[in-house]
Amino acid sequence: MKLPTLREVGTEAKLLLIGIPVFIWTMIPIYHMFLFAISPKEDAFSGKLWPAHPTLHNFSIVFHQQHYFLRDFWIQFWNSTVIALAAGALTLFVATAAAFSISRLRVPGGRAVMNLALFTYFIPAAFLAVPMYRTMGNYGLLNNHWSLILAMVTIASPYAIWVLKQASDKLPVELDEAATMDGATTLQLFRLVYVPLMMPSLVAVGTYAILLAWNEYLYAFLLLSKDTDITLPVALGNFLAADDSPWELLMTTGFIYALPPAAVYYAFKRYMVGGLTAGAVKS
Amino acid sequence: MAITLSGDQALPGPPLSARLSPPQVWGIVLLAPYLLVFLAFVVYPVGYGLWLARHPASYVALYHDPIFARAAVNTLIFLVIGINIKMLIALFLSGFFAQQRPWIKWLSVIFILPWAVPSIPTILSVRFMLNPEWGVVNQLIFKFTGDDGPNWLNDPSVALAMAIGVHIWKSLPFWTLILLTGRLAISHDLYEASDVDGANWWQKFKYITWPSMQTLYVTCTLLSMIWTLGDFNSVYLLTGGGPADLTHVLSTLGIRYLRLDQLSLAMASIVCAMPFVLPLVYFMMKRLSR
Repeated sequence: MKLPTLREVGTEAKLLLIGIPVFIWTMIPIYHMFLFAISPKEDAFSGKLWPAHPTLHNFSIVFHQQHYFLRDFWIQFWNSTVIALAAGALTLFVATAAAFSISRLRVPGGRAVMNLALFTYFIPAAFLAVPMYRTMGNYGLLNNHWSLILAMVTIASPYAIWVLKQASDKLPVELDEAATMDGATTLQLFRLVYVPLMMPSLVAVGTYAILLAWNEYLYAFLLLSKDTDITLPVALGNFLAADDSPWELLMTTGFIYALPPAAVYYAFKRYMVGGLTAGAVKS
Repeated sequence: MAITLSGDQALPGPPLSARLSPPQVWGIVLLAPYLLVFLAFVVYPVGYGLWLARHPASYVALYHDPIFARAAVNTLIFLVIGINIKMLIALFLSGFFAQQRPWIKWLSVIFILPWAVPSIPTILSVRFMLNPEWGVVNQLIFKFTGDDGPNWLNDPSVALAMAIGVHIWKSLPFWTLILLTGRLAISHDLYEASDVDGANWWQKFKYITWPSMQTLYVTCTLLSMIWTLGDFNSVYLLTGGGPADLTHVLSTLGIRYLRLDQLSLAMASIVCAMPFVLPLVYFMMKRLSR
């Protein structure tokens, strides 16, 4: 064993000098939320780093809906789940079909559609929200879950199409030619060749759309209003309406709400990082 | 890239005008769902919105609304200062995360958390931390100095700075990750060669890292600027546009007008941003659709 040189120790110290602040900066808001969630009401404001009597009581209140602000917790949780899954499935369907059509079938005008989709992708979502709200009103979809699902599909699919098109451009043409030679119809080509080969990108895109819909606040808050229709983030925002809102319960609910997307993200990290960030910015 | 399938790969069969081949029929059928979504939820709303914003009177009203001017300035501060600080930190941290150490690998897994969790609960968490009476920040200030801490979110410039901070907290991991992929793509041989030549870290950065990353860096900065225009959550949930509507940015201002039932003003404020947004969007489109 060789002892580390002074220089190596110095480098390590410098790295730690960056790493520790990065760790603290990252964790503070999350730890603060967690601390509230496990603190009894009277402990929550003490400013301690660890509560004197940590408890899961707050979780029990949330799960049993034992507070005015939480009386629809489970139905809101369900709304969030259904909307996220529906938006994910629809986005996946719309985007896979479009990417297959543009990239593999080279439909006339496909490139123009791709550019239009990219254009939508770059328009800030908050800007589209105002006219979207009015449009949903005109369609009679306000306060209907479909309005949020369709809005999320609109926002998620341009990027989904783009990522899928990039990935499917990399599949060799010979594959399609061979399958066609063997007498495969276009649909068979899609179902038996294209979709299986594209699986990793499809997982990435599906996860992306589900997380986008689950995390969405602005559109959900504009398009849905009834207490039993809204999603969890809107319910969290509604806590702010009252001055005496129970922070520890809000933080507990927020913590529960944040867990599924974090779990999904880490479970599919492999696909997400490969499929999304690598494709996000092509230099 | 694999877009070598241009003219010489033209589809077999009769010319387009005569009859569409089955794959092309399928192509149109499969493209139809997206086209429908696009027409119903992009073209129609945008067209309708522009139609609502057609009256010059709306722009005159905007011009006379001090909140609009303030929001425009805030947006510029958010973009020009906030985004550039964020991207510089991301560039710096991408170098840090490129170091091969087991503990840095672990840290990078934790570091991505702000991006992986939804923004609403964490923004509310920050909001509570900054609460003047009960928030943990002022509690600690009181504990150590015996003085009352400042009323963080009641001072417009501090509140806006906090909103920018929240935005940076949320999106820094994403951009660091992207810049890190760019950095890892640089050949290691270049650094080894420069080590032999005795280059210091600044020379390595200046002559190796930066030249190969500057396109990516500029692209990321522009993209982040466009998207930050739509960062509604950081401002709305932290400050609510307050105090006295002094911390609005364009995205929250549009929603504010909408809530006040002044739809034409909401659309007009968005239209006003378009001369700045559209060139950026066009530039990005060109870059990504290559």
